[in-house]
Order: sequence, then C-alpha cells, then structure tokens
Amino acid sequence: MLKVSGLRAAYGPVEALQGVDVDVDAGEIVALIGANGAGKSTLLMTICGAPRARSGRIEFDGRDITRLPTFEIVRLGIAQVPEGRRVFPHMTVLENLQIGATPAEDSYFDDDLDRVFAMFPILEERRHQSGGTLSGGEQQVLAIARALMSRPRLLLLDEPSLGLAPLVMKRIFEIIKEINESQEVTIFLVEQNAYHALRLADRGYVMANGRIVLKGTGAELLADEGVRKAYLEGG
Amino acid sequence: MAYFLQQLINGITLGAIYGLIAIGYTMVYGIIGMINFAHGEIYMIGAFISVICFTALGLLGITWVPLALLIVLVIAMVFTAVYGWTVERIAYRPLRGSSRLAPLISAIGMSIFLQNDVQLLQGARIKPLQPVIEGGFILTEMDGFAVHLGYIQIFIVFLTVVLMALFSVFIARTDIGRAQRACEQDRTMAGLLGVNVDRTISLAFVMGAALAAVAGTMVVLYYGVVHFYIGFLAGIKAFTAAVLGGIGSLPGAMLGGLLIGLIEVFWSAYFTIEYKDVAAYSILVLVLIFRPTGLLGKPEVEKV
Repeated sequence: MLKVSGLRAAYGPVEALQGVDVDVDAGEIVALIGANGAGKSTLLMTICGAPRARSGRIEFDGRDITRLPTFEIVRLGIAQVPEGRRVFPHMTVLENLQIGATPAEDSYFDDDLDRVFAMFPILEERRHQSGGTLSGGEQQVLAIARALMSRPRLLLLDEPSLGLAPLVMKRIFEIIKEINESQEVTIFLVEQNAYHALRLADRGYVMANGRIVLKGTGAELLADEGVRKAYLEGG
Repeated sequence: MAYFLQQLINGITLGAIYGLIAIGYTMVYGIIGMINFAHGEIYMIGAFISVICFTALGLLGITWVPLALLIVLVIAMVFTAVYGWTVERIAYRPLRGSSRLAPLISAIGMSIFLQNDVQLLQGARIKPLQPVIEGGFILTEMDGFAVHLGYIQIFIVFLTVVLMALFSVFIARTDIGRAQRACEQDRTMAGLLGVNVDRTISLAFVMGAALAAVAGTMVVLYYGVVHFYIGFLAGIKAFTAAVLGGIGSLPGAMLGGLLIGLIEVFWSAYFTIEYKDVAAYSILVLVLIFRPTGLLGKPEVEKV
C-alpha cells in the first residue's frame, strides 16, 4: 500500500532521512521504533509532503506521491496524527472534527461524527469546549478522531502514547487495534514505547540516524538482542 | 455637549472606514504572520476604481443612487480582489518559507510599485467626484450649535456594521472561515488535514482587498476626492488600528479602527489638528507598552 524507497529529506542543513526504505501492506499495523532524533517523525511528515523529499520515491497504492502537495496526498486517503497532537487550541472539539473531515464527502459527515462519538464518548461530552482546554489524553483522542474523520485508508500515528498516564496509554493502544481491525485502516505507528508498539504490530522497523537498521515481525524484534538492549531494557 | 456629539458622529464614521481596512491587515497577519504593506495601496486602488465607475455611470445616465452605489461597490470589490490575489501570487507566495524579512521588503516594494503605477496611469493631481449622497438632517440644536448627521455618514456606518456582522458570521460558521482559522492556528496541521493552505491564504488576501475596496468607495463618497498617495497614510492608520485592537483578531481590528477614528477626530476637535496623527500613534505606543498583544489580542498559546 505504502512503499517508501531511498527517501532522503532534510530540515535546513540537517539531513534527517538518509535513504529510507519502508513498506506497509494493506491491513497491517507496522511500528517504527528508534531513539530521539532518529528521524521517525520526519519520515511520517515527509510521507505527507511536509517537508518535501530531497530524493527518493514515495508510492501510495502504486501511485507516485513524492511531489504532490500535502493536501492532495491527504485526500488520497492518508491521515496523520502528528507529534504533539496539534489540536487547534482556539477551535471547539466539533470544529476540530469538521476540519478533519475536509477530505471526506460532506454526505458522510453525520454518520462519521456519530461513529467517532461512539468510539470516544468524552468528545461528545466536550464537543463545544475549545481544544486548548482539553487534557493531554483527551487531546490525543481528539487528534485520532480528527484523523479518522477524513476516512483514511492509511493512518500515520506519531507517538500516540507520549506523556499519557499508563491507563490512558493502554486505552489508546486498544483503540489503535480496534481501528485497525474493525475499520480496516492500515496503521503505521511511530513509538518510543517500543515494547507496547512491537507487541501490537505485525511488523516493525528500527531506525537510527536517519536509516532503517533493522526490520522484522513484531515478535522477532522483541526477541532481538540488540533491540532489547537499546530500546527495551532500562528504558 | 452638542459639539461633542458632532465629533462622536464624525469619529465613528472615520473609524468605520479604518476598521474595514484594518481587517485586511489582521487577516493576512493572522494567517502568514506578515504585514502586507501594500494593503493601503489596495484601498487606494479601490477608491480610484470607484471614482472611475461613478463617472462612467454618470456618462451612461445611470443616476439612480442606490443602483449606482451597488454597481460601483461590486465592481470595486471584484477588481480590488483581483489586485489582492495578484499581489500575493507575485510578491509573497514565491517568498514563502524564506526569512521573515523578505516578504516584508517585497511588500514595501509592491506598495511603491502600485503607488507609482496609479500615479502614472491617473496622474498626480487630486481627482474630484461630484457628491453622490447629499443632505442629512439636524439631529439636535444646543447652545446655538446644530448637530448635523449626513446621510452619507449613516450610509457608511450602516454598511460597515452590516459587512462586519456578515463577515464575522462567515468566518465563524462556514467551511472557508473555519479553514481560515485553522490555518491561522497551525498551517502545517491544516495542510495535513486536507486544507488547501495556498488557496486559503489567497482567499485571505482576496477578502481583505474586497473590504478595503468598500472603504475606498466610502472615502471617495465622504470626502469627494482621491489621490494616488491616500493609501499610504490610511494604510498606516489602519495598520495601527489592527495592532491597537490586537493583530490577528477580527473584532480587535474593528474596535481598533473605531478607536483610531475617534482619537483622531476628538484630538483635532479639542486640541490641535496638526497633532492628530501624533495622538493616534502615542496611544498605540502606550497600548503596546502596557498590553503588547493589543486590546483584544490573544497571548501566544504555548505549543506542546
């Protein structure tokens, strides 16, 4: 479904991606783990065209999307829950969801809204509250719901568990599983919490210094000595 | 008291015009964080187009005032909107993503270019216009001073209030308005959610220009003259109004415009007319010292 090959990208003079190859097949949950500054978030953002790739190729459903503007990439069915959630602070929960629905047909809106409210009742309760007043966990939920409003086929999630209490974090991982299974959304997940991410994922990639250094199934990576040392133990 | 009332009426009229121009500054700043210094020229062009249209309509024999006004307003708004769109496309969009200073300099260049352009095409002399909306009535008479309320003043204030109300609802309720606000708060994120950011920015310029065109038409009707240099001072005043109200805030621009109009008129009436601009800018300095975000500006929200 998503095929990234030889991807290079940079923020200013710093080359954050130095030739990355990643594949995500339809229906999978794929996790990307790695240390801070490895280039994980940059990879997700570059897939969406912000920043634009310096070289390499990104294909979505066999179509080259490397040079498309961000809003067109998103309209093909890729949604992102970015690092830091980036909820619109001065807009209500409902307005955040309405913006999320921009790529979808208007006629779906009411049904989609009922669907995300059923998944996340807290959002219905707070629908007229502004995004900036929500707690961290609520903002995370809103960011996921907002991405789902676009009816994506591929959902890119950047550190959905960051800064959340353990119980909330557990719930977020359950939700991700649920979205993948019941709504048939393919998921590409970036996580620092390698243990949870790899347990959830069908396959995983390990990234370091702008390159993919290891790949395998979730179970393989969990058992790998190097991964255990670097990302699981003492972390 | 009567004198005071008269100044109040004059101040509100002038403030309405500043407020309409200020909206263009505040919208563009809100969305791309730059001061569009060419915006005053856009207003001046709106005024020129109005004079040309009124004259042409007079030649065509269309003299029924409401119809003539409607035609002039529509034509001025459309043409000026095209100017606004073009300025953004030529002078600002290619510079997006470069340093903050580059589009600012480009804006000043654009402002000088448009001013000279109009001067060459229309000449440097002041262009007069026959009064279109004449008359008015005496509101009250006290101590031998008659408070005069012109129909033109009623027209200006009424139209401004209607436009600002419509515009506020438009920004608050419609998809386009929502996209404007989303881009204002986080442009990258809006793009990630499928909002066409470039088009949204273009629309901010187009809408700001259309409102400035209305201000241009009003000024022509109110003062009966137009000149290629009017955009500079009015632009700076409206910019001051936008900063005073809190740049980036729509109600702030409206309030700021009103205040600048009132300050200017009252200062001229009670103190010296030569110092009216000094008074307006002094208030600006004071507000910025004690409330850097302006009267209605929101403090920058910390992004986590």
